[in-house]
Amino acid sequence: MEAMVEMKGIGKSFGSVEALKQVDFQLNPGEVVALLGDNGAGKSTLIKILSGFHSADRGSMAIKGREIDFKAYDVTVARSLGVETVYQERSLGERQPLWRNVFIGRHRLNRWGLIDVKREKMETMELLSSVLGLRGAGLSPDASVETLSGGERQGLAIGRAMHFGADIIVLDEPTTALALSEVGKVLSFIGSIREDGRSCIVISHDLGHVYKVADRFVLMDRGSTVGDYRKGDITPEELMARMIGLNGEVKP
Amino acid sequence: MRCLWESHRRGILVTLGLIGLLVLFAIASPRTFLNPRIYRSFLSTIPVTAILALGMTLLVVVGEMDLSFPSVCAAAAYVFAKAFLATGSGAVSFVLAIASGAIMGWINGLIVVSIGVPSIIATIGTQFFWRGLILLLSDGIALSLASVRGTDIYSLFVGRMAGEIPVQSLWCLAIALGLALLLNRHPFGDSLLFIGDNRKTAAMMGIPVAKVRIKAFILMGVLSAFAGVLATLELANWWPTQGEGYMLLVFASVFVGGTSAYGGEGTIYGTLIGAIIIGIIEAGIVSAGLAGFWTRLVHGLIIVVSVSIYATMARRPQDR
Repeated sequence: MEAMVEMKGIGKSFGSVEALKQVDFQLNPGEVVALLGDNGAGKSTLIKILSGFHSADRGSMAIKGREIDFKAYDVTVARSLGVETVYQERSLGERQPLWRNVFIGRHRLNRWGLIDVKREKMETMELLSSVLGLRGAGLSPDASVETLSGGERQGLAIGRAMHFGADIIVLDEPTTALALSEVGKVLSFIGSIREDGRSCIVISHDLGHVYKVADRFVLMDRGSTVGDYRKGDITPEELMARMIGLNGEVKP
Repeated sequence: MRCLWESHRRGILVTLGLIGLLVLFAIASPRTFLNPRIYRSFLSTIPVTAILALGMTLLVVVGEMDLSFPSVCAAAAYVFAKAFLATGSGAVSFVLAIASGAIMGWINGLIVVSIGVPSIIATIGTQFFWRGLILLLSDGIALSLASVRGTDIYSLFVGRMAGEIPVQSLWCLAIALGLALLLNRHPFGDSLLFIGDNRKTAAMMGIPVAKVRIKAFILMGVLSAFAGVLATLELANWWPTQGEGYMLLVFASVFVGGTSAYGGEGTIYGTLIGAIIIGIIEAGIVSAGLAGFWTRLVHGLIIVVSVSIYATMARRPQDR
């Protein structure tokens, strides 16, 4: 089976700071991979390279078997290949209505090149009710994002990615800063990504939240991958011990 | 009904404000305000500041400001006047003037976006620079364009339709309509809204943030040039301090109209009505028998009251 994402020897520096040393990473079809590590481990840099926001200095990347030329790779190209990233707190325009947020950067245009607002609102309504099961009283495509809870925002961004056919969905700290009841919602959204046969990378430093939904765990530390475990091969306690060990707080 | 109020309450409020003012003025001085002559005069004066305010609305939406527009107006109109006196061709002069406006807007955009100077500071600089340049080039002397009266370009932009309606008012309406479509129904307007709302989000979602911001400045430059040409044509005269009185009127129109100073939202309709409100106040005050000095005070009052109302409306329950 061809890998969805195959990264080899990826390196990236910002000035004199080496954010990624030499990273190999692979994502298989229908798989949910948790990318774990402390702040500064390089998780965000790695997925920003995948999503076209940064380009790598070294190494190679293939998406669905297609070799990527970093010079001609940006967010738009990444999206057209099915890669979509949901950044915590940065995926939605707070003061804009829901329908504009769903279609940001890829509006449905009519033959005069103008936004087909009626169609977009209809699709937004479908997305809200069917994919997300959001059915709050008075919820309409014209509501602004400010009226959604934290979990619903993540849901909207995930639903948006699926609506546009993304099959490599990257979630950046999807459960941080959420109330416990909201975390459950987000985890069920992640579950629905896999049920749909799509692949997902979840970045987190909270193992407790992602252990249930992930199939594989990739550990990062100071710019390198330092561990790769399938769920059946390791208990949450062992995994936790390795993560803490990396931080140097407890020597295993 | 409630829904209509919810989504358009700023537009409704500012329209009621305009109607209220007109009724007040008509009661205070019926001879002036029940006579069509004053409205013909408004239709020739208001379009200039209204067009500037419409362009400024888009810049405020994207989270920027342009304080250089009075000088850009005057400089582009100077290009127009010089070119017209040299070539006698209205079309050539017009194209040159608009192009010069686009270049001045582009320079603002480069300083703000590419170099990274905050727009309020960058455009104070360019405001002085362009004004200084045209003062130097013109020696501070006005240019008479008497020969422009009766030419095609004159009738096209500042003629009188059916002998009554100043054509510039129709141009202003057309521009308002075009910009409303651009802001609310075009992907470019959508990018302006998202960049003004949260520049990082916009970039993460694949919007070409730098390009869009520069284009917004270019658009403002083009509209400033057009407004400058209209003002020069209307009086068939270019003068070196042209545009200097516009600054406060333009910003007042934008904010009285209900556009948020924080960016990310704005209303073209509101700005148009705001420009009319700001444009009729002086005539209303003078014809009511008050001294012209009252104008500024009333302008100030209207601005403070309107933005306070909008701020109160925008406050969400948890902030109270």
